[in-house]
Amino acid sequence: MQHDEVIWQVIRHKHCSFMSKISTGIFCRNPYNVTGICNRSSCPLANSRYATIRDHDGVFYLYMKTIERAHKPNDLWERVKLPRNYEMALELIDKHLMYWPKLLVHKIKQRLTKMTQMRIRMRKLALKTREKIMTTPRKEKKREARREEKAEKAAVLDKAIEKELLTRLENGIYDGIYNLPFNKFLQTLETDELQAEDEIEEESEVEYVEGNFELEEEDDIEDLGMMKDYHISNDEVADDDEEINAMEENTVRRKSKSAHEKSEKDEFGKKLKKKPRIHVEVEHEEGGERQKVSL
Amino acid sequence: MGGKRKNNENEGAEGDEGSKNSSKKMKKEKREILPSSIKNKEKRSAVHAKLKHQKKLDKRKKLKARDAAAKRALELGEEPPAKQIPRTIENTREADETVCMPDDEELFAGNDADEFSAILKQDRTPKILITTCRFNSTRGPAFINELLSVIPNAHYYKRGTYDLKKIVEYANNKEFTSVVVVHTNRREPDALLIIGLPDGPTAHFKLSSLVLRKDIKNHGNPTSHEPELVLNNFTTRLGHRVGRLIQSLFPQSPNFRGRRVVTFHNQRDFIFFRHHRYIFESKETKQSDSKGKDAKDTKGEGISKEKVIARLQECGPRFTLKLVSLQHGTFDTKGGEFEWVHKPEMDTSRRRFFL
Repeated sequence: MQHDEVIWQVIRHKHCSFMSKISTGIFCRNPYNVTGICNRSSCPLANSRYATIRDHDGVFYLYMKTIERAHKPNDLWERVKLPRNYEMALELIDKHLMYWPKLLVHKIKQRLTKMTQMRIRMRKLALKTREKIMTTPRKEKKREARREEKAEKAAVLDKAIEKELLTRLENGIYDGIYNLPFNKFLQTLETDELQAEDEIEEESEVEYVEGNFELEEEDDIEDLGMMKDYHISNDEVADDDEEINAMEENTVRRKSKSAHEKSEKDEFGKKLKKKPRIHVEVEHEEGGERQKVSL
Repeated sequence: MGGKRKNNENEGAEGDEGSKNSSKKMKKEKREILPSSIKNKEKRSAVHAKLKHQKKLDKRKKLKARDAAAKRALELGEEPPAKQIPRTIENTREADETVCMPDDEELFAGNDADEFSAILKQDRTPKILITTCRFNSTRGPAFINELLSVIPNAHYYKRGTYDLKKIVEYANNKEFTSVVVVHTNRREPDALLIIGLPDGPTAHFKLSSLVLRKDIKNHGNPTSHEPELVLNNFTTRLGHRVGRLIQSLFPQSPNFRGRRVVTFHNQRDFIFFRHHRYIFESKETKQSDSKGKDAKDTKGEGISKEKVIARLQECGPRFTLKLVSLQHGTFDTKGGEFEWVHKPEMDTSRRRFFL
């Protein structure tokens, strides 16, 4: 006990490895410290009669140090296992620390209380699932971003999708929905007369049919949607004319990305003016073709 | 100074050996004119610029020669010389033995017996439950709204603090076919978990480069018709399985009149998601005076061709997925059987892909 004051003077005023000063106060990182604060009465190095409670794998132990063993650092701390029951642990502490200063005993009991509460809470939490945060090294994140960009450039997505749709069209999945010219229906110069006939036919068709819907310019997409629904509910198939006209509105208003659309715009502009208007055609659906998308 | 002296030496040497073989001269030239060996910066940059210019001229000459040869061959009526195929990563991909062959009976048998066959054979209609991780933030809800509009018959439920396993049980009771969990990290959705039900596989994807509909220029608004599905490039067995998992999210009876297409395109193990409305149009590629484009029997003049093209208008979100792990049962990280897990050591080769 004679040394205590000296030890305290030295470590407090010169240097103590366990002391850590933070904005809220001065703390002691010594694992044998009862309160955790760097104090004359709480320092385990500067008190030759001292006791703590430490926890090992959920079991609490009472550690005691007395001056008689001060010269034997190996056997300095005496360990007593505390029972699981809180009240019984308190009684045990009282028994072991019967003639010790009351302040220390009080601090130890406070520590026991705190630790039991923590133990209960940890056990409850362990039952619940918690998200675990996994970190990825920055190098990998950057590498993935780089590879993704290159992959996106390599996958010319618009073209790929368009190609896929065209192959589906050619395979006849959309039969009965579209009336579009195909390359296979192309015929040669010799069929000029047929062409003339066809033109006449077209005109005659146009003469018969009066336009039901007057498609004005500047249709909103929403209107288009409504009208399309209307079409489908009536089970009438409007010809490509209408669809193309409708989509034309979109193209006229949207800035085209692909190069050929500029020329298309002009074409469509001409179409708008000279194309005969609505050509409603009633088609019977072919029993709802159901196509399974096969991979 | 040193550089100048070196060059003088070179010239002297070349002058001496000018009479000898040109190949030796070329070799010597090639050895000498390495710019990185010249210490003088001005001289070095001058030499480098000269080399670059020379290379450019060579390239142009080669290109001209190639074009001339092709033209000549065409005129003569022969075949033009074969076009060189550029080397791409897809061309040089490491050979994978798990690539699905078109007539693989084992594959078909596996398909019949796997978890999706019920949905894909239209015995069950897909019903999707979308939820989030425990803390949802900024872009999450917007993304989920868009997902709700893309996937038909999808329902959103708030997460609360339920365990994922409990959610799976709940979904099973309510006859859902899949659960989709959108996970957020740092206020951005960054992972997607697709759990097939009742005891279907769990796929964990990493989500990146998300672009919402409002951020896309000239976007369109999707209708509520059932979309068509396009799944590109899912070649290996694993890819095939993932493709079927994605397919089971969507109804198997697309409404072609709706002209809505949802694409999952796999490129180098990245799955790109796009959502478009499309339309087919015919376009004249060469000169022709036929007006009847939409006539039923089209006529074209000799060289004129009428091509049918498809045009797309993008609507809906756009994002990229990368598969992190595929687990055989429903979500169970500790006790589950994983079919495939991504490990960093798989990234060592730039030509090896798994999907």
